[in-house]
Amino acid sequence: MELKYSSEETAFRDEVRAFLARELPAHLSSKVKRSQRLGKADIEEWQAILHKKGWLAPTWPKAYGGVEWTAVQRSIFEEECCAAGAPRVLPFGLNMLGPVLMKFGTDEQKAHYLPRILDGTDWWCQGYSEPGAGSDLASLKTRAVRDGDHYVVNGQKTWTTLGQYANRMFCLVRTSSEGKPQAGISFLLIDMASRGIDMRPIITLDGEHEVNEVFFNDVRVPVANLVGEENEGWTCAKFLLTHERTNIAGVGFSLEAFDHLRHIANAQKKRGRPLSEDPQFAARMARIEIDLEAMRTTNLRVMQAATSGAAPGFESSMLKIKGTEIRQAITDLTRRALGPYALPFASEALDAGHNQPPIGPDFANPVASEYFNNRKLSIFGGSNEIQKNIIARMMLGL
Amino acid sequence: MDFTHTHDRRMLADMASRLVREKYDIATRHKIAAGPGGFSREMWAQFAELGLIGALFEEKSGGFGGQGFDIAVVFEELGRGLVVEPFLANLLAGRLIAEAGSEQQCAMLEEVIGGTLLLALAHGEGAAFYDLAHVATRAQKGDEGWVLNGEKAVVLNGDSADRLVVSARIGGDVSDEEGIALFIVDATAKGVRRRATQTVDGGRAAEVSFGGVKVDSDAVLGEPGAGFAPLERAVGLGILALSAESLGAMRMACDMTLDYLKTRKQFGVPIGAFQALQHRMVEMLMEVEQLSSAVINAAGHLDDPRAVREWHISAAKNLAGRAGRLIAEESIQMHGGIGMTWEYALPHFAKRIVMIDHLFGDEDHHLERAGLLARMRHP
Ligand SMILES: Cc1cc2nc3c(=O)[nH]c(=O)nc-3n(C[C@H](O)[C@H](O)[C@H](O)COP(=O)(O)OP(=O)(O)OC[C@H]3O[C@@H](n4cnc5c(N)ncnc54)[C@H](O)[C@@H]3O)c2cc1C
Repeated sequence: MELKYSSEETAFRDEVRAFLARELPAHLSSKVKRSQRLGKADIEEWQAILHKKGWLAPTWPKAYGGVEWTAVQRSIFEEECCAAGAPRVLPFGLNMLGPVLMKFGTDEQKAHYLPRILDGTDWWCQGYSEPGAGSDLASLKTRAVRDGDHYVVNGQKTWTTLGQYANRMFCLVRTSSEGKPQAGISFLLIDMASRGIDMRPIITLDGEHEVNEVFFNDVRVPVANLVGEENEGWTCAKFLLTHERTNIAGVGFSLEAFDHLRHIANAQKKRGRPLSEDPQFAARMARIEIDLEAMRTTNLRVMQAATSGAAPGFESSMLKIKGTEIRQAITDLTRRALGPYALPFASEALDAGHNQPPIGPDFANPVASEYFNNRKLSIFGGSNEIQKNIIARMMLGL
Repeated sequence: MDFTHTHDRRMLADMASRLVREKYDIATRHKIAAGPGGFSREMWAQFAELGLIGALFEEKSGGFGGQGFDIAVVFEELGRGLVVEPFLANLLAGRLIAEAGSEQQCAMLEEVIGGTLLLALAHGEGAAFYDLAHVATRAQKGDEGWVLNGEKAVVLNGDSADRLVVSARIGGDVSDEEGIALFIVDATAKGVRRRATQTVDGGRAAEVSFGGVKVDSDAVLGEPGAGFAPLERAVGLGILALSAESLGAMRMACDMTLDYLKTRKQFGVPIGAFQALQHRMVEMLMEVEQLSSAVINAAGHLDDPRAVREWHISAAKNLAGRAGRLIAEESIQMHGGIGMTWEYALPHFAKRIVMIDHLFGDEDHHLERAGLLARMRHP
């Protein structure tokens, strides 16, 4: 056991810090730190900077342009990026589709799509959920019927995160209704510019446009866009979900959010003293910090144990549950720290360039809205209830 | 003991309930909330006509009730409709005037009850963090009256009020209970500046500053320096109202969630068939019933000695905060993605429920306060 960073790891952290200090544009970190809206161009700009440095794909093998960092290096990188206010790297191409293609894709698919994920040519979105198929994903109904060299796709996907920016979707479709529901699913890559695709925004409870519903009406997709075998898509889907869940732990986000909470709790006053000194508030903070510090080590333990970069079943579910609970607890306490200033909300102040003076303390405006938005963390990526079912059934044999 | 409401009060509840059900669907509510001032003057006039504003005031002020249970039944129904009209602001400021005001001052309550004059309470300040005695705004005695200087934070419906009831310090330290004076100030008086803001739960508030605002001697409400006691009583009524409003909103959130558990199917069965969710729904309902009792307790002890009265007020608000977080979060969670959407009514109830915890003391504030008051009750 050694809980300290080795000299190589410390040197790596310094290198990451220096890189971020040099290369992370101030206009991006300023938006992230103030919880302002990030547009498509912002995210693309940051991914391009990381790509140029060769650091965009920490988990990918070098042969595909990845860096093959150790678990500790990946965690250092994530923590430093969050602390510096770097925009988040989108998981859809890098952490979801990429690994699937490497494992199940044809050589042509790998050669065509993997570089385009890295250089930003493609923005992928995830077409799994449907109105009737959420937790019970295998009950999905969007159909793909073979017609010569094409599949003809009909149906509806929903909750498509940032689909409005995407030019491609990886999609689960039904190619057979025989046998178990899982048996007739295929994994298809769809060009969002295809005829017959209609996308509509879904506005979330905080008034933001982050998810969409997507309708498919006789959309023709080349058979060459099938990943893996026809009717074997469930294998890809399950493989992908463990990758999605690993990244959902979000330790770096939590550390940064907790730091922000600490700053707020020091700045806010209760009876003339910093709120952080109030016994009840201090106890609430301490409880979260204890969980977070343990979580950080759990995360590293799991990441080190998993050789492939994907956490195995139980651990990946646990990271998802605990990680999201901690993130939600932090935003909950942050809103509490504001007192009545949790209420005022100016949506327009979330746009960069907004120059009205803030109402109340300058950190107040986005907090309540973020608390509500973060309710999603325990719903998506396989809800926390489903994760517990997985642990109970698959791991404990209950 | 008898836990049934009087006939009159049941009629009041039924009327409020019908109005909210028939005229205040969620689409109407959003439209009203997005409009100028964040509420509908026509709706306010209708509420006035049906006596719902009057129900919050005692007969001596020209009202038709004003007891704790009147306030509780009205606000519970308002909570079911997420009503954005300025009931709370007018209850707080109006009851404070009724509590402390002269006959002449109380005369304006007739217009308040009639819906033609709007009041707001400008008391809380940025650095107060729920401490009711914290007043840094100052009042200085001049030749003909008083001069006010200071800043008030998150004044509910302060942007549209015609008159503000303002607390200001004339003596003592910034958080002393002694030395607080109350004033009725015309919202358009010279030196009053208001910055309107929307609130995250669909309401409106204002940051209000007083820069050398001159008021006459007859603007003073009650005895100068002795404003804390009436303030505490009025805010107590406000907390009772908020707890009842939260209760109504929670009942709606629970109804919607229970309904969803029965209708949403996954894995071939209604999701309510899963025990993991069943137990949580049961927890929610138990908390709602607990809150319902705490609201009854608070409403029924308003005429008791201070320590008893205020203990029950704090108990209700603490429970509203605790139950509120549980119900807001669990009802969204058990809805899955649908619970995250603007179009669906549920998250708007969740937002209001959670934001009520940020008004006049959150769960922690009232836990601490209940502890202090308990020691006063049982020395
Ligand atoms: C902001 C956001 C972004 C998203 N982005 C994407 C995306 O990009 N692509 C995509 O494909 N999907 C996306 N999703 C969809 C997400 O994966 C689903 O919302 C999730 O799988 C839950 O499905 P559902 O919403 O249909 O809820 P349901 O499955 O209907 O679940 C409702 C409730 O029942 C519970 N439940 C269901 N089954 C069980 C059971 N067996 N035991 C116990 N409890 C159970 C659930 O946990 C939940 O609490 C997103 C969702 C959100 C909210």
